[in-house]
Amino acid sequence: MTPRWILTALALCWLGFVSAHAETINVTIDKLVFSPTEVKAKVGDTIVWDNKDILAHTATASDKEWDVMIGPKQTASLLLKKAGSVAYFCKYHPNMKGRIVVAP
Amino acid sequence: MNVKLIAAITAICLLPGAAFAQAGAKPTDPQIAHIAYTAGQLDIEAAKQALAITKNKDVKAFADDMVRDHAAVNKQALDLVKKLGVTPQDNDTSKALTKAAADKRAELAKLSGAAFDKAYVANEVTYHKTVNGALETLLIPSASNGELKSLLQTGLKIFQGHEQHAEHVASELK
Repeated sequence: MTPRWILTALALCWLGFVSAHAETINVTIDKLVFSPTEVKAKVGDTIVWDNKDILAHTATASDKEWDVMIGPKQTASLLLKKAGSVAYFCKYHPNMKGRIVVAP
Repeated sequence: MNVKLIAAITAICLLPGAAFAQAGAKPTDPQIAHIAYTAGQLDIEAAKQALAITKNKDVKAFADDMVRDHAAVNKQALDLVKKLGVTPQDNDTSKALTKAAADKRAELAKLSGAAFDKAYVANEVTYHKTVNGALETLLIPSASNGELKSLLQTGLKIFQGHEQHAEHVASELK
């Protein structure tokens, strides 16, 4: 079996070819909590939410700029196009809150 | 009898509208599964009544969330009891919950408009508080199967979210 680190290294190389700078930032959703609650990113980065729950969730910007649906046990992503600090929440469970701080 | 258990049951009995009044031996896993499933189904029925009556968009969104989440949790519960080969067993707590919910539905059916919205959401706050209290102090500690316990703990997290959501909607209705 291929060691995990080789796969990771290959994945990283591939990402490196696609874009020299853009990164993927992972946010896990587990038992109705966004973790980490706050992430720092740059314009051009992608946020990937990994929903471990059996429930559907959303990542919805408080300013309604974007609204991402994340099905149960699924992932969904968002390409960050604008700089700024954006608070977001889950439309279905409004007590779930997170924040993305996007640098230019 | 275990003093801690009596204290827990007493605490639950003091909650408004609590149906977890039966004392005696702690519930078995088949009974716990039945109680948890019943509690979810009853909240789905309450939400369906609300969806048929309400015209308020926040109340409608809340009721939609209840149907979606409780259906998802109950599907997990059914899958689990099937996997474990457990047959959920009806019991006095499930019966009391079902009766209390039927009485509440009949009471709410007489209301409409803002009066209905307020009464429905207020009852959702109370109902989730009661069920969450029972999960925390009685059902989770009594569950002997690890997977059942874990599902109940996940359920508790979800229902605590519902309780906060209901409280938020209630505060907006004032």
